[in-house]
Amino acid sequence: MLSITDLVKVYPSGERALGGVNLHIDQPQVVAVIGSSGAGKSTLIRCINRLVEPTSGRVLLKDTDVTTLSRRALRRARRRMGMIFQEYNLVERLTVMENVLSGRLGYVSSWQAYRRKYPPKDISRAFELLKRVGLDGYHNTRADALSGGQRQRVGIARALMQQPDLLLVDEPTASLDPKTARQIMRLLCELAHEQGTPAVVNIHDVHLAQGFADRIVGLADGVIAFDGAADELTPAVLNDIYGEEDWSKTIQKTPADQGKGKNRGTLERESAAG
Amino acid sequence: MSARVWRPPKLIVNPWVRYGLLFMVAVYLVCSLTPELVPLVSLNIDWTRAGQGLPRAADMFSRMFPPDFSRWELLYKGVRESVQMALAASFFGMLLSIPLGLIAARNLVPLPVYLFGRALLGISRTFHEVIIAIFFVKIFGFGPLAGVLTLVVASMSFIGKMLAEDIENMPPGQLEAIKATGASFPKILLYAVQPQMLPRYLGVSIYRLDANIRHSTVVGIVGAGGVGQVLAASFSRYDYDFSLAILITIVVLVFVGEFFSNWVRARLR
Amino acid sequence: MTPEDHARKYPDVWKRFTPKETLVRYAWFIGIVFVAIWSLKRLEIPWFYFLDAHEQAADLVTRMVPPYWEFFTDITGPLIETIHIATLGTVITLLFALPIAFLAARNTTPNAATWFVGRFILVTSRSVNTVVWGLIFVAIFGPGPMAGIWSIAARSIGFVGKLIAESIEEIDRGTAEAIEATGASRLQVLMVGVIPQVLPVIYGTVVYRWDINIRESTVLGFVGAGGIGIILYSSINQFAWQEVSVMLIAVFGIVLISELVSATVRKRIT
Repeated sequence: MLSITDLVKVYPSGERALGGVNLHIDQPQVVAVIGSSGAGKSTLIRCINRLVEPTSGRVLLKDTDVTTLSRRALRRARRRMGMIFQEYNLVERLTVMENVLSGRLGYVSSWQAYRRKYPPKDISRAFELLKRVGLDGYHNTRADALSGGQRQRVGIARALMQQPDLLLVDEPTASLDPKTARQIMRLLCELAHEQGTPAVVNIHDVHLAQGFADRIVGLADGVIAFDGAADELTPAVLNDIYGEEDWSKTIQKTPADQGKGKNRGTLERESAAG
Repeated sequence: MSARVWRPPKLIVNPWVRYGLLFMVAVYLVCSLTPELVPLVSLNIDWTRAGQGLPRAADMFSRMFPPDFSRWELLYKGVRESVQMALAASFFGMLLSIPLGLIAARNLVPLPVYLFGRALLGISRTFHEVIIAIFFVKIFGFGPLAGVLTLVVASMSFIGKMLAEDIENMPPGQLEAIKATGASFPKILLYAVQPQMLPRYLGVSIYRLDANIRHSTVVGIVGAGGVGQVLAASFSRYDYDFSLAILITIVVLVFVGEFFSNWVRARLR
Repeated sequence: MTPEDHARKYPDVWKRFTPKETLVRYAWFIGIVFVAIWSLKRLEIPWFYFLDAHEQAADLVTRMVPPYWEFFTDITGPLIETIHIATLGTVITLLFALPIAFLAARNTTPNAATWFVGRFILVTSRSVNTVVWGLIFVAIFGPGPMAGIWSIAARSIGFVGKLIAESIEEIDRGTAEAIEATGASRLQVLMVGVIPQVLPVIYGTVVYRWDINIRESTVLGFVGAGGIGIILYSSINQFAWQEVSVMLIAVFGIVLISELVSATVRKRIT
């Protein structure tokens, strides 16, 4: 589904953010990318949809090589990749519904976009997604009136509105309090599994990564230092990724207890509170 | 042991610089105000003529009172023309400022386009309205058309500059998010730029309408229509009582315009 | 779930605005366009002038190049005069604006009548454009830089005075009160408690206005109030476009330099 080969990014300042990254995702799974600040997590994710132009290497999404596309074809490729951001990046003066529908911008004409005229099936899907992320009834609320957790739910709905082949998630929980962070992470992973969409999730919280992701990739100085299942994470591995530290308190003993998608009742209650 | 001396701190700490500046100001005043003391630098002030200023001013004021509103029809026509010029100019200035503002925003367009946009803004802001007005009068002849075009240019660059700065100060994340959905440039404008910019844009435009009412009184002096043309004519005919009537009307008009603009802007969220 | 079921469960119609909101929005649009068209119609603008406007403009530009550079020696005097008018006008502004600002600020004015007088002077000064003040002062002092200096001052007093008055109203009451509590006279309170607090604003505003005044003084000559404007106006009237282009370049230069100077000075004092 996604295949990244020898991806290199050198910024004009000379900083080498990515030094030949190889990553292959061939099944719908949640891949958490961990690593210290400046390890290249954010650059990696932005090189996949070319919000940052990679220096060399290949990014294959299904059969399309994203790195060689023209601007027009790149826009077509981008609508197949949903993106979720740390700062939510909602357009604050638009309503929740407009923000969610903006996920379909690639599919309507500019005039339709201006008149807010979307196909009926898009609108009904938007209502469904809003209900699913726990924002039933919020469609006419303006985005700047929402709390952080609610904004991130809108951000998730906007990305899923694209019916993407891949979700790119950049630090979804870094601006949230611990409880909301867990709720959002759970919702995200459930939805990814439900829709059968693979997701690349940048996350600096090792605990959360271990609790929710199917697979963990450790990035250190722009190269992959670890790639494996969540329970393969050991203090030695974390030392490789982050440097020396006492990791015994960080690593979870039973990573399976977070119940990926099995506990719907809890989720509904928690999301109503968020 | 000598007593400690306290002096208040000064804006310019170095006494040499401080007194040097004062000295230079004094020298400047003497040199510039004394005729023919220093060639080129001295102002050509005819002090005997200027000395007659006070009695002349008294004479002028006595002829100004009471203000003569008897030719109110002429005055009304001028005021109406000024207000219409201001309205039309604001409308077209608002429209034209949008493309100008967009091409002068660094985070939306490539560098060459940006530099072109900034150069346009810079040139149209440097020259005083009256200079621009006189050019339009030369091209289009006397009358309100030249005035409207002058005010259009001034409004366009004023609103355009504000717009460009606002867009540049936008949080980059919103643009990035809309771009990541695969939206094309016009859709990015519609969904990320337009909703965030609209309130400020309307606010600045309303302010500009008020400014255009003020400026429409002056472009008339070089023949570009409006109440300014009536005022200039009254001065050249020494109809000072009519001049005062016009001046009072202008002050009232500006006051009303300012009041209206504040009222509308308070209602924009 | 079939699409029909889905549509039954989740609505597939959504409108950004209610019908009433839509109506109001359209009313605004139509209203604005109507006002714009009305104002243009009443102005009776001869639109056919636009047909050859681009040719006229191109013609003008070709007549302006190459600039007649030798003319520069003839305009150095008027250019310096332009700067003098702006500078001396600003100096006079400083002398008048300060006391008027104290009258117009609610917390320093002696009583309601003086406050009204202060505000009235500020409003009148700001409502009348520099060039209109130019007409008046040319009638008083006769043509020349003297009229220009006074018209610059007359317009700037309102601008500078208003900003100073606003900053006086925003000063820390406590400081002035503390000075008053020591038994100081009214004047002493002003000198010690108020002026030091607003001094940076005064300098900043005056320098800023000086830079605007440079721009204003380039056109005062059009009404005979001195500076480069007199020659510019006569050259335009004689269609001496190559001279005009030299003057425009010179004006562009001094305006640019004054903007630079003013920005640097303001950055250093605040």
